[in-house]
Amino acid sequence: METRVGLPAEDPAASRLDAEIPPGPIERKWERHRFDMKLVSPANRRRYTILVVGSGLAGAAAAASLGEMGYNVKCFSYHDSARRAHSIAAQGGINAAKNYRNDGDSVFRLFYDTVKGGDFRSREGNVYRLAELSLNIIDQCVAQGVPFAREYGGLLDNRSFGGAQVSRTFYARGQTGQQLLLGAYQALQRQVGLGSVTLFIRTEMLDLVVIDGRARGIVTRNLATGAIESHVGDAVVLATGGYSNVFYLSTNAKASNATAIWRAHKRGAFFANPCFTQIHPTCIPVSGEYQSKLTLMSESLRNDGRVWVPKKIGDGRPPDQIPESERDYYLERKYPSYGNLAPRDIASHAAKDVCDEKRGVGPGGRGVYLDFADAIRRLGESVIREKYGNLFDMYERITGENAYRVPMRIYPAPHYTMGGLWVDYNLMATIPGLFVAGEANFSDHGANRLGASALMQGLADGYFILPATVGDYLARTPPGGVDTGHPAVEAAEAEVATRVAQLLGIRGMRTVDSFHRELGQIMWDHCGMARNEGGLRYALGKIPELRQEFRENVRVLERNEELNQSLEKAGRVVDFLELAELMCIDALHRAESCGGHFREEHQTPDGEALRDDERFAYVSAWEYTGTLARPTLHKEPLAFEYVHLAQRSYR
Amino acid sequence: MNLTLRVWRQKNAHARGRFVTYEARNVSPDMSFLEMLDVVNEELIGREQEPIAFEHDCREGICGACGFMINGIAHGPKRGTTVCQLHLRTFRDGDHLTLEPWRAKAFPVIKDLVVDRGAFDRIIQAGGFISAPAGAAPDANAILVPKEDVELAFDAAACIGCGACVAACPNASAMLFTAAKVSHLGLLPQGQPERNDRVRNMVAAMDREMFGGCTNMGECQAVCPKEITIAFIARLNHDLLAASFKGRKPPRTAASP
Repeated sequence: METRVGLPAEDPAASRLDAEIPPGPIERKWERHRFDMKLVSPANRRRYTILVVGSGLAGAAAAASLGEMGYNVKCFSYHDSARRAHSIAAQGGINAAKNYRNDGDSVFRLFYDTVKGGDFRSREGNVYRLAELSLNIIDQCVAQGVPFAREYGGLLDNRSFGGAQVSRTFYARGQTGQQLLLGAYQALQRQVGLGSVTLFIRTEMLDLVVIDGRARGIVTRNLATGAIESHVGDAVVLATGGYSNVFYLSTNAKASNATAIWRAHKRGAFFANPCFTQIHPTCIPVSGEYQSKLTLMSESLRNDGRVWVPKKIGDGRPPDQIPESERDYYLERKYPSYGNLAPRDIASHAAKDVCDEKRGVGPGGRGVYLDFADAIRRLGESVIREKYGNLFDMYERITGENAYRVPMRIYPAPHYTMGGLWVDYNLMATIPGLFVAGEANFSDHGANRLGASALMQGLADGYFILPATVGDYLARTPPGGVDTGHPAVEAAEAEVATRVAQLLGIRGMRTVDSFHRELGQIMWDHCGMARNEGGLRYALGKIPELRQEFRENVRVLERNEELNQSLEKAGRVVDFLELAELMCIDALHRAESCGGHFREEHQTPDGEALRDDERFAYVSAWEYTGTLARPTLHKEPLAFEYVHLAQRSYR
Repeated sequence: MNLTLRVWRQKNAHARGRFVTYEARNVSPDMSFLEMLDVVNEELIGREQEPIAFEHDCREGICGACGFMINGIAHGPKRGTTVCQLHLRTFRDGDHLTLEPWRAKAFPVIKDLVVDRGAFDRIIQAGGFISAPAGAAPDANAILVPKEDVELAFDAAACIGCGACVAACPNASAMLFTAAKVSHLGLLPQGQPERNDRVRNMVAAMDREMFGGCTNMGECQAVCPKEITIAFIARLNHDLLAASFKGRKPPRTAASP
């Protein structure tokens, strides 16, 4: 096995990737680019078909907007309704540089915070555009009827989130993602009613069709009937979310998966920064072997909750018996200027450190307290209940504990993947005609995403960027010309049918979930919150073995022709077993620490991430070569003209 | 703890269903109900029997995918809770539980505990939106909304579209679902221009989908995991009555700009 785990050589012939960032000053780039882009006239739009895969914030917003413009849109969701997409579970809020608080916010500050928060591994041009569009997003959502929290005067309310010293987060109780998604979902359903969008529910994309070098279609499986079908169009948009479920236990929904982007990767789309994963600091700790998922407690709780552990190692006393002087409010101690609102990667890493020192609390010692006693004393229980009531209720339902009386116990958990398919400034992948939006792309968050930025990015991509850039692409492409009888379509369809039949034909001894759990454990132990060369090499040896065993020994019962949830899971786990290897290869090659990618060999004397800008100030974009262990690395160099490259400090 | 489950098994939409009894042995009170079903399913697969199909996704009580009847109560005995957030500590060791899918003409069974709730989407398509194309919006703070109005709108907007209200209603009415959306949008200033059309079109769609009529039984609000109240149904009826005095606009067509 040892021959598999070498570092892949860079291809000297491989060209440097060009993101096609428009020239000019940063605050003029997007405006100028929009003017330079070609347009499709309203009468011609209906001649173009756009396939949108996914109906979360990015997918629903894109499908609704493109449908509204007059394109012929087909939108695909594996759920029973477009409203179930996992964007719905986002709790805390959405950032926008409105400066409604008059506290010094601006587009430039949101841009600056996001580049710094991402530990200087994102593109300045993209991030600036995101900050600019944040203003339009809030306007758009309010116009749709999203019930954001308001002040008594009727104006919008804001709160603070990690990594920022201003209050720029708009929220709808603890259910902001739900309300934003319902806004996009309703806009989408309106287009369905008007006939401009055709919606395919319970339909999962299993492959991408590339013809003459362009993305021209997808192969899908109807989850209720098993029917394998193809759809062709003039452009394909993937808005299929992230891949945190590679860890098995994560805050993602059970069905969230990487299949669409992974299949596109195997058809030629480069995969960027796959090792950049976000481990969210505030989740409910694992309680047992049977655990099926982890539940997030919104970052907004850190506005009023104080994080602490006992100072003494192995202190088994209940929290209320530990006097103030024997508590370590470690975030406030280490990061006095941001305190409990330190960014996610830093807060997670600090929690791991205190637990590694055996000062963790709760069963197994993998937990820290998030304590509201001070806030309740200062503001009263009713204020805390109004702000966070639904989160406290959820905590009680899951743990049986009342967090108004005892501190919450929290621990980091996989939550978001900054990595994803590589896209240029137009959100187009390395396959022309393939656009990637939302968490599925890698574009804006660098090595760490700040809180309340995922909703912002999904909606910026869907409502504002794709409607412009997809049109620009289509304006230079004649419509149609391919139907489902094309040989490439039929070949892709046959491959999908073969893969499905193979999974059903193995009839081994182990369940899909048992493989998924084992993979998750390998990834959590060796490619999770902290990574090192030895661990990554070990994982790179284990993953192919597990994949091989899966091929020989997985048990998927029944047949293709009806609802078969084991078969659905099996197809997704196959792809996680492949993606996991690429994540470890990327983590091994990036011999520096940045954001959520913490390589233990590379840290400052006080344990902070130590970047190596000389060698790694680039996006790693991996090309599939036909051999999983030997992808080709392409680099997109990152230049910082507006935010000075510096060691990130939140002290 | 141990539980005895009587579960509705139905191969597909056309097959006849029946109850099959399973034992859930040595399960932990800290498990969620769906985690208990995961364990039962892993054992079934081990014995080469087909696992129980049930819908679920976020397991945080917000996506609305999960839901079935437990001993005749939608989402089980704990108030304000979806079945994914229901934990076994709610039950006693040795309990016998009957699990059935939602039963409603408008929600045909697809398999076991999974039903087709597409009718809800079609009700939304008929008018459950505010027409606001991207790019046309005024500044967010240009629209003032009194705090109490937005809070009430939010209470209605919290609906997760799970279908428990329909399953619990003796008439299989979708009135609470429809009323929640009519109220959410109708309470906001942005929702006023389309308010009359919205309520008329959504109620008409509800009738087309073969949901029953509302007779104020109140079962829906008793099982709603988001505790949406039937006061919103009164609000819908008020809006519908008001709309009936207003002239009808010509129906929306695909051809209109």
